[in-house]
Amino acid sequence: MSRHVSTTVNGDAVDFLCEPEETLLDVLRDRLALTGSKEGCGSGDCGACSVMLDGRLVCSCLVLGPEAEGRDIETIEGMADGKGLHPLQRHFLEQAALQCGICTPGFLVAAKALLDRDPEPSETEVRYWLAGNLCRCTGYDKIVRAVLSAAAEMREA
Amino acid sequence: MVRVMLGGTLKSAAGGRSEFDLEAGDIRELLTRLGELCPELKHRLEKGVAVSIDGRIYRNAWFEPVPPDSEVFILPRMSGG
Amino acid sequence: MQLDAKAPIGDARFQQVGTRPVRPDGVDKVTGRAKFGADQKLPGMLIGRVLRSPHAHARIRSIDASKAEALDGVKAVVTCADFPDIVSGEVMAVESDESLRDIVYNVMARGKVLYEGHAVAAVAATSATVARNALSLIDVDYEPLPHVTDVDAAMRPDAPILHEDMFTSGVEPTPDKPSNIARRLEITLGDVEQGFAEADFVVERDFKTEAAHQGYLEPQACLASFAEDGQAELWCCTQGHYSVRNACARLLGIDISKLRVTASEIGGGFGGKTTVFIEPVALALSRKAGRPVRLVMSRDEVFRATGPTSSTSMWVKAGVTKDGRITAGEAVLKYQGGAFAGSPVEWGAMSAFACYDLAHVKVVGYDVVANRPKAAAYRAPGSPMSAYAVESVVDELAAAIAMDPLELRLKNAAREGTQAAYGPKFGPNGLVATLEAARAHDHYQAPLGPGQGRGVASGFWFNFGGETCVSMNVAGDGTVTLSIGTPDIGGTRAAQCQIAAEELGIEYGQVRAIVADTSSLGYNDTTGGSRVAFAVGMATIQAARAIIEDLCGRAAKIWDISPDAVVWEAGAARPASPNAGDFDPLTLADFAKAAANTGGPIAGHSEINAEGAGISFGTHIADVEVDVETGRVSVTRYTVIQDAGKAIHPGYVEGQYQGGAVQGIGWALNEEYIYGEDGRLQNPGFLDYRIPVASDVPMIDTVIVEVPNPGHPYGVRGVGETPIVPPLAAVANAVKDATGVRMTTLPMSPPRVLQALDEAKDVPAEGGAEGSEG
Repeated sequence: MSRHVSTTVNGDAVDFLCEPEETLLDVLRDRLALTGSKEGCGSGDCGACSVMLDGRLVCSCLVLGPEAEGRDIETIEGMADGKGLHPLQRHFLEQAALQCGICTPGFLVAAKALLDRDPEPSETEVRYWLAGNLCRCTGYDKIVRAVLSAAAEMREA
Repeated sequence: MVRVMLGGTLKSAAGGRSEFDLEAGDIRELLTRLGELCPELKHRLEKGVAVSIDGRIYRNAWFEPVPPDSEVFILPRMSGG
Repeated sequence: MQLDAKAPIGDARFQQVGTRPVRPDGVDKVTGRAKFGADQKLPGMLIGRVLRSPHAHARIRSIDASKAEALDGVKAVVTCADFPDIVSGEVMAVESDESLRDIVYNVMARGKVLYEGHAVAAVAATSATVARNALSLIDVDYEPLPHVTDVDAAMRPDAPILHEDMFTSGVEPTPDKPSNIARRLEITLGDVEQGFAEADFVVERDFKTEAAHQGYLEPQACLASFAEDGQAELWCCTQGHYSVRNACARLLGIDISKLRVTASEIGGGFGGKTTVFIEPVALALSRKAGRPVRLVMSRDEVFRATGPTSSTSMWVKAGVTKDGRITAGEAVLKYQGGAFAGSPVEWGAMSAFACYDLAHVKVVGYDVVANRPKAAAYRAPGSPMSAYAVESVVDELAAAIAMDPLELRLKNAAREGTQAAYGPKFGPNGLVATLEAARAHDHYQAPLGPGQGRGVASGFWFNFGGETCVSMNVAGDGTVTLSIGTPDIGGTRAAQCQIAAEELGIEYGQVRAIVADTSSLGYNDTTGGSRVAFAVGMATIQAARAIIEDLCGRAAKIWDISPDAVVWEAGAARPASPNAGDFDPLTLADFAKAAANTGGPIAGHSEINAEGAGISFGTHIADVEVDVETGRVSVTRYTVIQDAGKAIHPGYVEGQYQGGAVQGIGWALNEEYIYGEDGRLQNPGFLDYRIPVASDVPMIDTVIVEVPNPGHPYGVRGVGETPIVPPLAAVANAVKDATGVRMTTLPMSPPRVLQALDEAKDVPAEGGAEGSEG
């Protein structure tokens, strides 16, 4: 029996129908056509589905669709915000911090969540914050460098 | 006359014999003659092998010429992941 | 442009090659716009799901899908009856030796299930919920059989037999009883007994490695659509959409040209997506249902039922003289490749001693089957395991004669002209350069703290070229589009744009590259085998030069001079000398404006079977810290030094070095397939199949060595696979240095390290290096 849910996604008011057992990830991808968040594992181990839920970093595969009722959701699609790329996105590109790119949305959302609360993290703090996001292509080196350099640029702004 | 050697694991496929002298102008002729001289190898040759001519490795080049004094190895075909 | 093999590194002739531009597909990937395998949809799309065997080995007595077919919302059910029974001998594609019979049997079981997770049936339904419910309504009557998952156990004469028609090839006489040993192979050079007689010290060791998975973050996913006239479309994530097209056309019994396959962006492959698992199933469901079908694997299914690499059991013996000459190398390699023949033991055997100039080598290999998923390629297939064993033993040889491990390798390194154990002489190569760079690197001199150790190891991969087609077109404003046929996993579009810009003498930003579908270009081999920068680069160069030749001809006509008197320089056709005439240069934009009048649209294309691929050697330095209370091994510093021939985009070359090294670190320390007594996989998820996370590894330093490959106009060598070969041994050698304990089983997970440390306390001295008689 479908549930009707009203929520906010990337600043826009959104309504959708979903089954009670559908995850927020399923809803974003299949109901709202926001396919930027990815399913890598379905069990909250890989972070490819990372989104912000009321300002908190979550795995959307571990949130049920109906739980989005009345909440504020931010996905990768909202990061560039129409005004141009976010510094994190730009630094990831300039530093070749992505190869296949499937984990990149999750890393960007997670990294932004880190810099929103701590504008000057150390390398160790970046690595431990991002330990919930798996990457198989890069070995993490260029990702960590890109986060640190984006943070430095954002501190100057 | 070209001296052809079986490399890699093909030596054991040919019942121990590993060196052959034969006449061939290109790789296709070479593989055909080799199959005639060594019937145990024929199936393997048809399935696909790599041919090294003086160290340069060819995987599917029937018409590549085989110069008379070149060092030729027949090898299993490489791929990757 | 002919390349001089001795051209210096950092060649100033290159304007684009060697720079680090932003990749052209990058913005889509950082904004979430890029479409991967599961991101596409079509109207009326159904959801497909696969029913998989709960047994490791069982006969299928019957399958009754009638209740599932009757369920409201179910539009199609398929079983092996919907696929052809293929005769032995056909292969998947020209460049792959994969037996099509094994593939169709693996895609959908017939008669027997051979591993837990083996596909038995599939449904397409109007929703995921209906599909899941339909699976539970399919009645499969199994007769469970005894199973075997360990490679040594599978080789025993009393082991349960998987294939009654498997008689070991490569042994004389051919056995009359079936076994699980598909093949025995052997490589010999010289006489190892003579070699060991010359040695002052001989070391021999047994090793075991467990199976690992490529661990790509994107599960296999596809969208199939069969039309009523028999034409079909397939959208899928794959490393090779042309070979997928071949395999699917054959399995669906249709003409190849009726099937158009579009490669989505791919979320990692590493070899695991060079074959088919769900694509033929999705097509069969779509044909039966008359509607598009999306089939996506869950992470659980990816671990249970795609293609991990082999688990192995190995023995290595090597001898050395007092003054550091390695006199002989011998190995026995047993690799299980899952339920079907085709483990990469042949490559493991050929590459095992490849880094050394040896007169006496003998390697025996066994390709074994077991009740596990069918192995697929994983980055330098077969090589990391044999390198782990050989490089560990070489480390012991160095210790036996108190020689620095890099010095020992330098003394015995394969060089240009060295005859490889597998036959041909090596051309120019960078092994010695990487060893010397390692010795000179400040990592090698850095002091170590308590509980820390350092290890080194070298490795090698063959690389290959293969069939490649590209098409290059000049647009009305003189900008350029390039269509390639190899999925871009690691920065290919950037590198190809650099190459095109280099050849044409234009700006990087004026070239746009796309990955075209199978209807747009001729056959392309897979993205794998470290072949793309090399082979696609060569085709791109040829296509560009075809355009240049065409345009110089057009200039000659416009200027009314001989075509020999025209040159292409800095992005324009120019008179070759003042004698040829005084004409203003003509750029691509100029030609584009006049195209219709001078012969029509301007294009160049190239269809080649690229030969001349260059081998790539690497040497790694690993520092570890071992916590003796928990057994945890931490990598504290890591350096990759590898020969790239010529790095087109150094940033992406570094990325290959770093990514491969970290996969190797994971394989060395934590990753393993764990099977229960019941033959079922116990850890089919990322929580318990533990790949490295960001907090597990330090920065990975890289050094790109460039010894040009004479077989390529720029000297390019493939780099993608070699980085995973040295880490297993480099880390194991570092653990030995830190603890005095030689780990001979992988992964070196904390329980294993603790056990080894405990056992070492009871043993007075570490045995193994024996002086020989006489």
